[in-house]
Amino acid sequence: MAAIVVDDLHKSYGSTRAVQGVSFSVEQGACVALLGPNGAGKTTTLEVLEGYLKADRGRVEVLGMDPRHATREWREGIGIVLQGTAADPYLTVRETLARTAGFYPRPRDVDEVIGMVGLDEKADSRINKLSGGQQRRLDVGYGIIGNPKLLFLDEPTTGFDPSARRGAWEMIEGLRSLGTTIMLTTHYMDEAQELADNIVVIGSGKVVAEGAPDELGGRATAAAHIRFRLPAGVDPQSLPIDATLDGHGYYELTTDDDVKVLHALTGWSIKYDVALEGLVSNRPSLEDIYLSLVGRDLIADATEPEPTGATR
Amino acid sequence: MSDFALVASQIRYEQKSYWRNPAAAFFTFAFPLVFFFILVGVAGGGHDASILGSSVKLSQYYTPSVLAYGVMSACFLSIALNLVRQREFGVLKRMRGTPLPSWALIGGIIGNAMIVATLLSVVCIVFAIVVYGVKLPASHILPLIVTIALAALVFCTLGIAASSLIPNMDAGPAIVNLPYFILVFISGTYFPINGGLAKVAAYLPLRPFIVAMYKGFNPLTTGSAWAPHQLGSLALWGVAATFFAVRNFRWTPRR
Repeated sequence: MAAIVVDDLHKSYGSTRAVQGVSFSVEQGACVALLGPNGAGKTTTLEVLEGYLKADRGRVEVLGMDPRHATREWREGIGIVLQGTAADPYLTVRETLARTAGFYPRPRDVDEVIGMVGLDEKADSRINKLSGGQQRRLDVGYGIIGNPKLLFLDEPTTGFDPSARRGAWEMIEGLRSLGTTIMLTTHYMDEAQELADNIVVIGSGKVVAEGAPDELGGRATAAAHIRFRLPAGVDPQSLPIDATLDGHGYYELTTDDDVKVLHALTGWSIKYDVALEGLVSNRPSLEDIYLSLVGRDLIADATEPEPTGATR
Repeated sequence: MSDFALVASQIRYEQKSYWRNPAAAFFTFAFPLVFFFILVGVAGGGHDASILGSSVKLSQYYTPSVLAYGVMSACFLSIALNLVRQREFGVLKRMRGTPLPSWALIGGIIGNAMIVATLLSVVCIVFAIVVYGVKLPASHILPLIVTIALAALVFCTLGIAASSLIPNMDAGPAIVNLPYFILVFISGTYFPINGGLAKVAAYLPLRPFIVAMYKGFNPLTTGSAWAPHQLGSLALWGVAATFFAVRNFRWTPRR
């Protein structure tokens, strides 16, 4: 059974069309990443799923319910890690988590959660004494204290240093192995690749690609790109393959069968003793695919604010 | 957790947080007392004089004013401003995403303000009795407790209602201070009022509260110290504010 179903979701703010026909589903126990640049509609989509925003059009079902009709029981099964939220600054980490644990029927142990998010040494510090990264870790603790079946993580590691990120990833993997369904947003390709079974790439409010990290955008079968230079005076007509000259003096070609082409090319080079300077054969990385999918949006939307009031 | 335990737990954490900001707590308590001292001193030319043509001392007249002032600041002002701050920092949004029912959240906030208002009232009354020798007949105590408790609750609901009208934290003090000082001035908090202004003030929430307390603190009161009309109009304000607050409560800032 699917934990989340999103079908043709639309959401606008005034004349800004934040989400325009997004569809995807998340199976129970899976980890799905919503990947896209700032302003792509990730947070808006997530906030509709969390019940904060009402969709203009489309069907949304989370744990078998429309989030707009959220009941207390439904909320008990869901954990939310938002961006740009805060807790009472005068309470300690332990008090904040203990207070929140009291809202749930079967919460996790407070000290266990403090350990999971790595705040053992700060357990009795007041929240106004925590660093930004520590507060973010507390946000995650706040999201998992209720022992949720489904956890929403809105950019869980933004602003983390590399080791803190690695720690957060391990924690998220740990939650998954315990059977928690996870839906996260990120603008880091490597994060989506590391954590998700399925990646939904979104740009300008639309799904531009979707798939397992290995297959996303047809990467497994993507064409290879070969480029090289020829010494002065060599007639390109004598090459065993068709290549075109780019503006920087490189010959280039794109092929599905790079092994065959490279074999022909290098054989020709040895036979006629012609150097192939700077010979390179590339398959696009996941990062390249991501950038090519969202590249236009990245530029177009860079000046637009995030579409919710969550950030300040 | 049972519903009752949930609200009790919310109040307990609100209280913990409240007393951990000692500067705020100190001034909440110090202000009405300083205010008391100044009012009596200024009006009496340096001493606790008798009000013209009567045996009633100024301090007796000003005790209800100071109590009204304290209850309004502990309930109306602090709830309105705190809710706006919590809304702006995302505290309310985060709470909204948990199973904590809204009534438990609001119950915690009101409970905390009621505790502060109660302590503040006790401190002011004890100060009035000990420092100025203000008289409070035993038979007036129960009506006074009911009056103060009801008014505190009503000003809490007004504070919650006001929070929906304040667009952001920077505008908060400017917006709440206007109704606050209008009420304080036209309700006879500083000096006796009469005529048209008194008629207008009688329809607003502060004047009925003060008038009801006058009954308790006026040594010339004969018969019952209960003020059913005033308590009734306070209650009406509470009902109206509750309706407004429920309909207009905002969990997230305006965009």
